[in-house]
Amino acid sequence: MTTETARTERVKVRIGDRVFGSSTVIAGSLILAVLAAVAIFLVVQSLPAFFAPSKELPGQPANFWAYVGPLVFGTVWSAAIALIVATPLSIGIALFISHYAPRRLAQTLGYIIDLLAAVPSVVFGLWGITVLAPFLQPFYAWLVDHLGWFPLFAGPVSGTGRTILTASIVLAVMVLPIMTAICREIFLQTPRLHEEAALALGATRWEMVRMAVLPFARAGIVSATMLGLGRALGETMAVAMVLSPALVVNFFLLQSRNPNTIAANIALQFPEASGISVNALLATGLVLFVVTLLVNSIARYVVGRRKAFSGAN
Amino acid sequence: MAALAVATLALSACAANEVGSSPSGSTSASAKSYSGTLNGIGSSAQGAAETVWATGFQTANPDVTVNYDPQGSGAGRTSFIGGSADFAGSDAALSDDELKSDFVGCAAGTSAIDLPVYISPIAIVYNVDGLKDLKLDAATIAGIFSGAITTWNDPKISAMNDGAKLPSGAITVVHRSDDSGTTQNFTEYLAANAKDVWTKPASQTYPYQVGDAAKGTSGVADAVKNANNSIAYIDDSGAGSLSKAQLKVGDSFSTISAAGAADVVAKSPVADGRDKNDLAIAIDRTNTDKNAWPLVLVSYMIACQEYKDQAKADLVKGYAAYVASDAAQQQAAKSAGSAPLASELAAKVKAAIESIK
Repeated sequence: MTTETARTERVKVRIGDRVFGSSTVIAGSLILAVLAAVAIFLVVQSLPAFFAPSKELPGQPANFWAYVGPLVFGTVWSAAIALIVATPLSIGIALFISHYAPRRLAQTLGYIIDLLAAVPSVVFGLWGITVLAPFLQPFYAWLVDHLGWFPLFAGPVSGTGRTILTASIVLAVMVLPIMTAICREIFLQTPRLHEEAALALGATRWEMVRMAVLPFARAGIVSATMLGLGRALGETMAVAMVLSPALVVNFFLLQSRNPNTIAANIALQFPEASGISVNALLATGLVLFVVTLLVNSIARYVVGRRKAFSGAN
Repeated sequence: MAALAVATLALSACAANEVGSSPSGSTSASAKSYSGTLNGIGSSAQGAAETVWATGFQTANPDVTVNYDPQGSGAGRTSFIGGSADFAGSDAALSDDELKSDFVGCAAGTSAIDLPVYISPIAIVYNVDGLKDLKLDAATIAGIFSGAITTWNDPKISAMNDGAKLPSGAITVVHRSDDSGTTQNFTEYLAANAKDVWTKPASQTYPYQVGDAAKGTSGVADAVKNANNSIAYIDDSGAGSLSKAQLKVGDSFSTISAAGAADVVAKSPVADGRDKNDLAIAIDRTNTDKNAWPLVLVSYMIACQEYKDQAKADLVKGYAAYVASDAAQQQAAKSAGSAPLASELAAKVKAAIESIK
C-alpha cells in the first residue's frame, strides 16, 4: 500500500488529490477542535462551581461533589437497568430476524425496528407519563405487597408509577433499535460454513446458534451494548419527563424518590437557574462528559480484547 | 379585534396632549402607531398570556412584531441584563445584586424596573374518589407537603372536614421536579403562615424529600389525574377539571378566585429600598380578608428605566401600556386563566410605564 502511494507521488501530484487530501485533514482536525472547544468551555464555566460556598449551590449540599454524586449514580444506574432489559431483548429480536423468521416477515420486522429509532425522545416521554406509568403502577403495588422483602422492591410504592424502573424501561425501548440493528448485521455475517458444519454434526438450531453464531458475534454484541449505553447515559428529555427525581442515592426501583440523571437534571433546572447555579449545572455537564468518555474507552478496550477470543478468526 | 384597534388608537390620540394626566388614558407618548420588533424572553408561567398580548398588540399595530420566548425566568433576566432581550418576563423581581449589574440595553448608568403584569392564583388540587369540597388550612397543607401527615384520614385533616368521606390510603404528594416560580410562591406562603410545620425557607427548588416530582405545570396535572389519593399545588390555569381545595384564610374558608388573588396583590406593599418606579411587590401572605386568596404568584415584566435606543423605548412603552390595560388583562384572564390587575395597582403600573424613557 505504502509503496504504491509513494510511487504515485513521485510520478505526479494531481490538484484533485491535493484538494481531497487536505479537505479530509481539515475535516478530521475540525472534529478534534470542536471536541476541545466543548471541553474548554465546560472546564472554564465549571471552575466557579467547584469552589463555590455550599450556600449558593442548588439545594445547598455540603459541596459540589455531594451535589453531583447522586446524579452520577442515577445516570449510571438508570442506564444499567435499561441495558439489563434491552440487551437480551435485542439479541432475541436480532436472532429471530436473522435465523428464525421467514424472509418476508424478517424484512418487515427489520423496518419496524428501524422506524422506532426515528421516534423523537419527547414522544417516548409522553408515552411514558400518559400510558406506561399509570399502566405499571398497579403492578408495582403488587410487587411491593408480595415481594417487598426483596431490597430492590422495597416500599412504599410510588403512587404515580413514575419510578426509575419506568424511566429505564422507556430508555430500553429507545436503545433497542440501534442495538438490534447492529446485532442483526453481525449475526447475518456468521460464516455459512460454520453454521452448516454445526448442523451437519447433528446440532439443533439452538445448538447451532450457541456454537457458531453467538461466539462469532460476541465482540459485535458488546459494541452494540456500548452504543446503547452511550445513548442511555445521555438521554435527556424522556427521563426528565418520566422520572420523579430527588437528590438521593438508593437502589429502590418502585419508590417515589429516585436518583436523577445528569442530563435530565440540567434540562429541568437550567431554565430557572441564575448565578452560581448555572456554573454548577455546567459542571455536572463536564462530569457527564468525563463519564461518557470513560465508558466509551472501557468499551473500546473490552471490544479490542475480546476480538482475539471471539472465535471469528 | 377591530374594535380593540380603534380603542387603542383613540386612547393614544388623546394621550398626546395629556401625558400622565389620567391613569386610564395614557397609552404612549406619541400618537403615531408603532413599528419594529420587540424581543422578550422569560417566565413560562407568563407564556400563554404573552401570546395573547402579542397577538392583540400586533393586530392593533400591524408593523410590529412581538416575540416572546418562554425559556424561564432566570434565563429571561440573564438575557435582559446581557442585552439580548428587550424586556424580560420573570416570576421574581430583580434581586439587589441583579439591580447593581450593568444593563447592556439600557442607557449608561440607568437601572431597570419591575412591572407586575401577571397575577395567577395557585390552586391546591387533589384526586380522591368521592371526596368533594376538601378544606385545608396552612398548617395542614404544610404537614401534608412536608411529609408529616401521610394518610388522608389523619385527624388533622378530618378535624377540618366534618362528615367528609376520607379514605385511609396514603397521600401521594406531587410537586415540581424543575425549579419554578410556582414552588417559590407556594413555599413562601407556607413559610409565612405555618412556620412551626414548614421549617425551611422559601425556595424555587422544592425543599422537602417527599412524594413524587413531575416536570412543569402540565406534568403535575397529569400525575395527579393518573394517581389516586394524590394532592399537588399547581398554577390555577393548569388545574383543568381537577378538584380544588378550599383554603382557610382568617376564620373562614376561601374558594380560589381571580378577584381574591388580585385583591391580595393590590393590598400588598411595594418592596422597600427600590426606585420609585420599581414595583416589586412584597406579597402580604397573611392577608385575612374574606374570600382573599394569598396563595398567589405575581410575574413581572422587566424593562429599562431608560433605553439606549429611543425607538425601542417607545415600542416597549407602547407594548407595556397595552399589557397593563384593562382589555389586555381581561383577555389574558379569559385565555390564560390569570387574575386581572386590580384598578389601583393597574394605575400605579401605568404611571411607572409612563416613566420609561
